Amino acid sequence: MSRQDALVDADWAEQNLDAPNTVFVEVDEDTTAYDGGHIPGAVKLDWRTELQDPVRRDFVDKAGFEKLLSSKGIANDDTVILYGGNNNWFAAYAYWYFKLYGHQAVKLLDGGRKKWELDGRKLDTEIPQRSQTSYTAQEQDTSIRAFRDEVVNAIGSKNLVDVRSPDEFSGKLLAPAHLPQEQAQRGGHIPSALNVPWSKAANEDGTFKSDDELRKLYEAEGLDSSRPTIAYCRIGERSSHSWFALHELLGETDVKNYDGSWTEYGSLIGVPIETGDGKA
Amino acid sequence: MCSAPEQTAELPEGTDLSKESVLVGKVTADGSPVGGAYVRLLDRTGEFTAEVVASATGDYRFYAAPGTWTVRALSRSGNGQTEVAVGGPGLFTNEVRVA
Repeated sequence: MSRQDALVDADWAEQNLDAPNTVFVEVDEDTTAYDGGHIPGAVKLDWRTELQDPVRRDFVDKAGFEKLLSSKGIANDDTVILYGGNNNWFAAYAYWYFKLYGHQAVKLLDGGRKKWELDGRKLDTEIPQRSQTSYTAQEQDTSIRAFRDEVVNAIGSKNLVDVRSPDEFSGKLLAPAHLPQEQAQRGGHIPSALNVPWSKAANEDGTFKSDDELRKLYEAEGLDSSRPTIAYCRIGERSSHSWFALHELLGETDVKNYDGSWTEYGSLIGVPIETGDGKA
Repeated sequence: MCSAPEQTAELPEGTDLSKESVLVGKVTADGSPVGGAYVRLLDRTGEFTAEVVASATGDYRFYAAPGTWTVRALSRSGNGQTEVAVGGPGLFTNEVRVA
């Protein structure tokens, strides 16, 4: 994996809006932005109602993903270009999710919706009509997905990268500072985790930093490239962004996203939790 | 919920100003509100903490811990920033002018 396989810039996107076998997809948790104007021709994916199982706390299953992509008019041989708000958090999550179900031709629009808007590029309210496909997914590739027992066993042995803000890491806050603090679970972080906020991997306009800057960032924070890495945040979307930087841009080979993240870990009975800045 | 909630001048139901520090404000250009700006909350070292999209009337809101913060706005009308000191629980207001 490298930058040109995983990322497209806004100029490229603008020139390829009508390219054959190319589908633009806007992904958000709150899709009102899409409804108010989106990249011309883009279809929408709702992170909460379409990518999460409505009952169990998990993803939609393989059959559910096949049904979803078929209904969106996305075919197995289409190149999917993902973008969204929140600095591409949910688009990066969807990217990881598409890879998890074996869709290889997927790319992220660098800067997402923010850069597109700030550049003053065209937005459209027309809903594209795409004909139904019969999409076939693969079994989940769990080489990129970490589960809780693996995370507990990774304490002190693998790189654990907590990509939340320092106040969430230390236990002062349970959610990012722009959200109400309603969660009931304990605050803090997984012992031995490094705190490398996702935002350090991004520029102000939402684009990713250069490979050199990213490599220096993780090195300076103490990431040991010879060990496997597990990234986590609160619900797994910001850590998808950092997973993307590490696995897709820098080409680190063994990097997993722990989508259970702090909402799961901080609610488990009996697991160790550390508070403070972790730099004792 | 993890995406930015709708930004309104009125606080959401359940906000407890006897316990929380809430920072609210408006993005303006030449005295008029600027809607849809990207508003970033930076800590005292300039490090990113949170980001919201201002409402159509330029309003934004953060749940900030007490301390000194920079609020920085990016918009098609230009960028701008301002510093604000947030104290113990209560409501704190400021304004970011972009040009």
